[in-house]
Amino acid sequence: MRATLVLPGVLREHAGGRRTLPVQGTTVREALDRLARDWPALERRLRDERGGLRPHVLIFVDGVNLRDARGLDTPVPEGAELYVAPAVSGG
Amino acid sequence: MAMTQRLVLIGTRKGLFVARRPGRARGWELDPIRFANLEVYAVGVDTRPSTPRLFAAPRSLHWGSSLVRSDDLGATWAEPEQAPIAFPEAAGVALARVWQIQPGPADEPDLVYAGAEPHALFRSEDGGVRFSLVQGLFDHPHRPEWMPGNGGACLHTILPHPDDARRVTVAMSTGGVYRTADGGESWEPANQGIQAYWMPEDRRYPEFGQCVHRLAVHPSRPERLYAQNHFGVYRSDDGGDSWRAIESGLPSTFGFPMVVHPRRPDTVFVFPLQADGERFPPQASCRVYRSDDAGGSWRPLSEGLPSDPYYAAVLRDAMCADEGDPVGLYLGTRLGDVYASWDDGESWEAVASRLPDVLSVRAVALG
Repeated sequence: MRATLVLPGVLREHAGGRRTLPVQGTTVREALDRLARDWPALERRLRDERGGLRPHVLIFVDGVNLRDARGLDTPVPEGAELYVAPAVSGG
Repeated sequence: MAMTQRLVLIGTRKGLFVARRPGRARGWELDPIRFANLEVYAVGVDTRPSTPRLFAAPRSLHWGSSLVRSDDLGATWAEPEQAPIAFPEAAGVALARVWQIQPGPADEPDLVYAGAEPHALFRSEDGGVRFSLVQGLFDHPHRPEWMPGNGGACLHTILPHPDDARRVTVAMSTGGVYRTADGGESWEPANQGIQAYWMPEDRRYPEFGQCVHRLAVHPSRPERLYAQNHFGVYRSDDGGDSWRAIESGLPSTFGFPMVVHPRRPDTVFVFPLQADGERFPPQASCRVYRSDDAGGSWRPLSEGLPSDPYYAAVLRDAMCADEGDPVGLYLGTRLGDVYASWDDGESWEAVASRLPDVLSVRAVALG
């Protein structure tokens, strides 16, 4: 499925300056696996080397937090928006 | 004073600063902050290339750790496309922080080491672009018993032997000192004589598990090591086979950094703190202590350092020396004050003030 990855400002330097990137995959995991090939420095900011989502990274698929769905196995509907956000934390 | 230019990398809790001193009577200039809001626990300088290569390890709470390098003295910084430092899948852990970046010996110009959290040593053979895990240390049977120190489960000190690339000494909090003589395949603990004060009385000198905060060595005396421990300042004259305390004349035995003078192997600097539960200078007096007899005696140095009560620590990687003429000695505090000395610590001048919490400092003399 084709979808759009929407990035927060701090990550755009790792996406060639873009706010959005086209991604493709039947699940979020598959979409991120493809992202790792095209934009490795971006993808490793979302997942660590074990393949899991970093603890303070949020991804919403059409507004639903992955953690409230099926995690990285959450399906990606055609035309979906994958919205990346930092969890609000720090001082 | 005629002197060469200096460049100082200052890693802070909220970004990287580069301070430059053009030479002679002109003061310090500070570049704009880089990697804003990222913590920089490790900075490094490799003086082996004709233009020194600079390193910094910015880490984001959200987006993880990276390692960047600059080959134009800090004007631009680059990160490799593939992750510079990452654990292999079989390790089952993920990189939490980079704690140390250490170039290898002169005759191995492309060898660079990195110390990581969780406890691990990484090695690069391409000048610090890509690193791989030193499996021999990671597979050490003691590893499950190494504990995180207050700052984390960090491998924070790496001392490559200056004449033998197969020999490396490392220190970890809390695991203690380990060394290899076969290029990293096998490692043995080297903590005999270092105290683990928190243990029951009959178990205070374990084979490993000490909380060593920092090691230092002079390249002309590679068998003599200095250690600032979590309570205890030590010296070894046999490459780490045994250690003895060198604390007479210090106001406290707790502290983090330890620096050897680059030209005088018997001259060593520490920044004592009152105690682990009182992490500020004794009497709130901001002082560096120097020994000129390899720890036989110590003298406080404070001219030019803050004279008001001062409650900030200097962390383990936030004091260093360059190899210029005169030698530059540097420290950065957790209140964001950075100082330099051109007379072996007798007097200090401000490099920068009121930066974020300083975590790491490295400097290089140019030209």
